[in-house]
Amino acid sequence: MSLPPLRRPAPTRTGFECDRAFVAGQFAAGVAVLVAAIAVASALPRLPWRLVDPALILIGSHPVINALVKALTVTVFVTIHVIFLIWLERKFAGWMQARLGPMHVGWKGALQTIADAVKLLMKEDIIPTRADRVLFVVAPFLTFMPTLLTFMVLPFSETWVAYDFPLGILFVLAVTTNISLGTLAAGWGANNKYSLLGGARACAQVLSYEIPMAVAMLAVVTLEGTMSLTEIVKNQQHGWNIIAHAPVMIPAFLIFMVCGLAELNRTPFDLPEAESELVSGFHTEYSGMRFAFFYLGEFAANFFTAGLAVTLFFGGWMGPWLPAPIWFGIKTIAVVALFMWIKWTVPRLRVDQMMGFCWKLLVPASVVVFCATALWVMVAQP
Amino acid sequence: MTAMQPAVGASTSSDMTINLGPQHPSTHGVLRLMVALDGEYVKSCRPVIGYLHRGLERMMAARPYRQSVPFTDRLDYCASLNSNLAISQAIERIGGMAVPERAQYLRVMLCEMNRIASHLIFFGTYAADIGATTAFLYAFRERERLLDLLEAYTGARLTYNWIRPGGVASDMPEGYAQAVCAFLDGFLKELDAYDTLLTKNPIFRVRTEGVGIISPEKAIAHGASGPVLRGSGVNIDLRRTEPYDAYPRMQFDVPVRTEGDCLARYLVRVEEMRQSARIIRQCLREMPEGEHWGKQPKVFRPAAGEAYSRTESPRGELSIYLVSDGTANPVRVRVRGPSFVHLSMLHELVRGVKVADMIAILGSLDTVLGEVDR
Repeated sequence: MSLPPLRRPAPTRTGFECDRAFVAGQFAAGVAVLVAAIAVASALPRLPWRLVDPALILIGSHPVINALVKALTVTVFVTIHVIFLIWLERKFAGWMQARLGPMHVGWKGALQTIADAVKLLMKEDIIPTRADRVLFVVAPFLTFMPTLLTFMVLPFSETWVAYDFPLGILFVLAVTTNISLGTLAAGWGANNKYSLLGGARACAQVLSYEIPMAVAMLAVVTLEGTMSLTEIVKNQQHGWNIIAHAPVMIPAFLIFMVCGLAELNRTPFDLPEAESELVSGFHTEYSGMRFAFFYLGEFAANFFTAGLAVTLFFGGWMGPWLPAPIWFGIKTIAVVALFMWIKWTVPRLRVDQMMGFCWKLLVPASVVVFCATALWVMVAQP
Repeated sequence: MTAMQPAVGASTSSDMTINLGPQHPSTHGVLRLMVALDGEYVKSCRPVIGYLHRGLERMMAARPYRQSVPFTDRLDYCASLNSNLAISQAIERIGGMAVPERAQYLRVMLCEMNRIASHLIFFGTYAADIGATTAFLYAFRERERLLDLLEAYTGARLTYNWIRPGGVASDMPEGYAQAVCAFLDGFLKELDAYDTLLTKNPIFRVRTEGVGIISPEKAIAHGASGPVLRGSGVNIDLRRTEPYDAYPRMQFDVPVRTEGDCLARYLVRVEEMRQSARIIRQCLREMPEGEHWGKQPKVFRPAAGEAYSRTESPRGELSIYLVSDGTANPVRVRVRGPSFVHLSMLHELVRGVKVADMIAILGSLDTVLGEVDR
């Protein structure tokens, strides 16, 4: 006795050619996503400023109002661009993993993040009974606030910068260090063993990788002779740092990128929230809006780190034909995509390997790059 | 020491006892590990099992022999067909049933298909344990195609109940051989892509190389089998050393690696997938015409006695022991599962390693809780 022929034709279902069409479709969708990304990222900073400019003229340049308007603009941008970034990340992951990602809410799932945010807002606010209430409540804001502050000095163009701080890089370094305070507070305050391990890992990781990152950034400062982020971009008028000073700037950029991945807790440095070991690490106990704040901070830091890389190495807003902020958006999204590409490809390091990699390789390498840059400035720039 | 206390040596105030599971992303089922940690280091680990205990052995002993096949589906649910084969063989031995040649080939083909599906689960979840989420989805994509094929034949995707005492439940559908071959062609290409994605990845290498080393002596002393044993350099594969069904006529290599670490066990399993593909092709090519089902007695009352069948499941030696007293029901059914044996090695392997290594070691043993708890 033999079974009747296959009713559902197995050969087509097992055919791998359908996969190629699928990948092609995904690729097209990916390109569309990138284009949309660029458009949105460049339009978003533009919108508020148009509204703000006449207001500023009307009110005059009253310092308090001026500062408030700028702060509000930055906050709104940070909050809104994260909605888009999360969608982009999910689409990107889907593309890499041969699946679709969010598809149902809005065009290609574009409004999914908003739906998720609404869901998080409506969730019950849970604070574990035995948690340290103060630390537990404060921690999400402690992680989010430094990231928000860094956006104050990020130049989207020559004029589109909330505060053109002459010591911009120092400000960035000083402020981002405080993120580890928040993760440690979350890890400790939740009174959960997984959180504690995650918090300890996060703190050790962020503090360690800050050093080579800072040294790599100081190499750029040595080259440019200024700490102002706008000045650094303006100095790249005749060629991006990474091209004009390739022998020293390419290693510096690589160090910056690796440290950036570690600072952002992204694979291969996602040890603080290693799912297979620590459930979610330091934010295991968080839910609802507090969890959303961690997420918000994480993605905003993602954009900021990419933007900083663009500012330091890729000529910031510089570019032909298109307006400056659009160029900044294109470049930054490209670097963000690079972060995502790495994240969804590689496995995770072990904690001792992570620390050894930083202290035994990156720190000496960054010092070498720093010294080499100093020599480069002396020799190549009379 | 009661079960609730972790087996800690000299406990200090810096020790932290943590419960991994029974609901935890990396325990792959309802396993609970009571781990005493000193910072990132594992001081001791005590697996707590039994969350999935259903008393399968007793349930099998309480009904006629041939009704026990569906229960074996729930043993190692990643490789149900291999469990079906173990019980069927035991029943055939105790009752002296013969299996037609075509059925033997069908059985081998099904078992090897299920071995690939099972190893794909290992590949995907192990990648996820190490932190690479993308490899997981690729493995499950291929497994999905394989399950579609198995569904087209057996009608089920997980609990097949298809290999039964005396043969298999039905012959292949028409056009099945071509469908399987088409799958294998694509699958082998994808398997090479997996190597590029994961096996050659330097981070994956440093995470698995030299981690969780099991010496050949230790593996033998613990009764390890399957890829765990062969990863430690012991060349024992029951398909080769005690071949059953159509395996004596099959040509395949038994991958063996001498390192004994997590990477060795991983590589053995990946290579086994290639060999399984080879065996499936041979089966399809050489399968004789004939019956898929041997002659069976209406009432099955084997003479008093006992039978023991040993099979090579994807996880190692899966053996079933039957005792008959001449009635329609067995007196005793005993399952010797590889996962249970391998899990018993865990506490020795993880002492003194880091948390991340413990997850890597647990994943490399590839235990299935359905068979541990029974």
